[in-house]
Amino acid sequence: MREGEMKQVEGGETAYWTWHMAAGVAIFALLGLHMTTMHLGGLTGLFVAYPTEQAVSPANSHTRDASLFLTVVYILLLGLALYHGLYGLRTMLFELTLKPATEQAVTTALVVVGLLLLGFGTWAAVAAHQGAAYHIASPEAVYVGG
Amino acid sequence: MTFHILRYTPGKDTKPCITAYQVPLKLGMTVLDGLYYIKENLDPSLAWRSSCRMGVCGSCGMLVNGLPRLACNTQIKEVADTRVALGPLPNFDIIRDLVPDLTSMFDKHLEVSPFIQREDEVDINNPEGEYYQSPEDLEHYLQFSFCIKCGCCMAACPTSATDARYLGPMPLTQALRYNNDSRDGGAEKRALRIGSRHGVFRCHYAGECSRVCPKGVDPAKAIQLLKRQLVAGYLGLARRRKPCGKQGLNRR
Amino acid sequence: MNEKHYPNSLGIWGWLGGGRWGLERYAYVLHRLTGLGLVVYLLMHVFVTALRVKGIYLWTDGRFFDRPAFRVGEFLVFAAFAYHALNGLRLVLVELGLAVGRPLEPVYPYKSSIGVQRPLFIAMMALAALLLLAGGAEFLGLVK
Repeated sequence: MREGEMKQVEGGETAYWTWHMAAGVAIFALLGLHMTTMHLGGLTGLFVAYPTEQAVSPANSHTRDASLFLTVVYILLLGLALYHGLYGLRTMLFELTLKPATEQAVTTALVVVGLLLLGFGTWAAVAAHQGAAYHIASPEAVYVGG
Repeated sequence: MTFHILRYTPGKDTKPCITAYQVPLKLGMTVLDGLYYIKENLDPSLAWRSSCRMGVCGSCGMLVNGLPRLACNTQIKEVADTRVALGPLPNFDIIRDLVPDLTSMFDKHLEVSPFIQREDEVDINNPEGEYYQSPEDLEHYLQFSFCIKCGCCMAACPTSATDARYLGPMPLTQALRYNNDSRDGGAEKRALRIGSRHGVFRCHYAGECSRVCPKGVDPAKAIQLLKRQLVAGYLGLARRRKPCGKQGLNRR
Repeated sequence: MNEKHYPNSLGIWGWLGGGRWGLERYAYVLHRLTGLGLVVYLLMHVFVTALRVKGIYLWTDGRFFDRPAFRVGEFLVFAAFAYHALNGLRLVLVELGLAVGRPLEPVYPYKSSIGVQRPLFIAMMALAALLLLAGGAEFLGLVK
């Protein structure tokens, strides 16, 4: 390319990167909450209904699943984490000097994988929430353990 | 002092190999002085680029004991006690011995249109007066205008090591140099290439470019400031600036 | 490209450090490694935790993931999160041009943005170390 020529090149990267940064900050808060619940639950008592058990025990898990707030938080965290992580993976792959067609294929593949996982994770969170809400509403129902 | 130099002669060697030379050390001797000693006394076939021998032309960039440096600017005693390892700048093809092929760097430099762009082309081609610029306006881009295009930053950059299409620290710094110049109005046009898949967002602040820059240009800082400009533009927070005129000063 | 020129790109070794690189470069390498690790873990984590819909809790009371090797792995994931998150916060500030300083005329000895953001880097690493201590105490069973 010589002086004066300006190639029309693929755009959008500014937007993707800005959301990648924003997602990172949001994940810091939400994953921080998740880590505090899972690993410092005994210390903080945060979202731990049965303090004598492990924070990750089925009973404690069950109680968190019943919470609409936490279900929404987990779905949001999943979406943000998938976007942030898969964009990061895309960044690393794009720095390996791929052909433009391969770059496009990589982007498409990552978008598909991300959407599938988000869909699956959302289904699992909603199903767990509905199941837990049912069990908490009907304590006489038998709880099937692991 | 032993100089271990990576030699490569096209047409004769299939791959680069190291040749050792014994160079008598004098106080104050630079790596470039050592190379001249080798060429004049030991091996006249050794090839490298140099010109000003005082750190202003950018010709003698090479790998000195693992770091890209200017040979004329590097005192031997500063980097080694007994052994100096020299190689051509990495991330560029080798033409011969210590001579890298810098064409890719200059092509990328051209991609960011490193010149003043204004809409009034008549005035650009037939200027009738000077453009006024205050000392504050100058400070916004002066640091980045000290670049001597030596290529050391490109050699040190981890992204440039694998991504052949990445613009690299020097072109991106020069893009900011012109974006920040109050006489220039070409920031939006440059944004197309700078904000592309292999533009400014492939930098992750490893900071090596600023560590090795021999002129204190701080390309790492320039690239982050460039990202800020692009993100501000995307979020609609950018202040629109018209290029400065000929009457009075254009206050930011 | 001239056929006789010899290719001389560092390739992936350029990511890992070809010489005496600086602190920020190693921080960048570790940020990439922890990021990769977290992405791989996330993909597994979504499937493992989804099993609770079927009443299967693989991580509790003698189940598949309740073994010392996996507990160590879990701590490594926590450590990766602590480092990646806090270094990431530093990078958000730096890459938005907020912690790199202003353009200034270079006067030898040159000062660069690396020195400007270094205290932030140290502070973030100190916070990461604190998080690791807290997480480590939990993993060792010193706190519940």
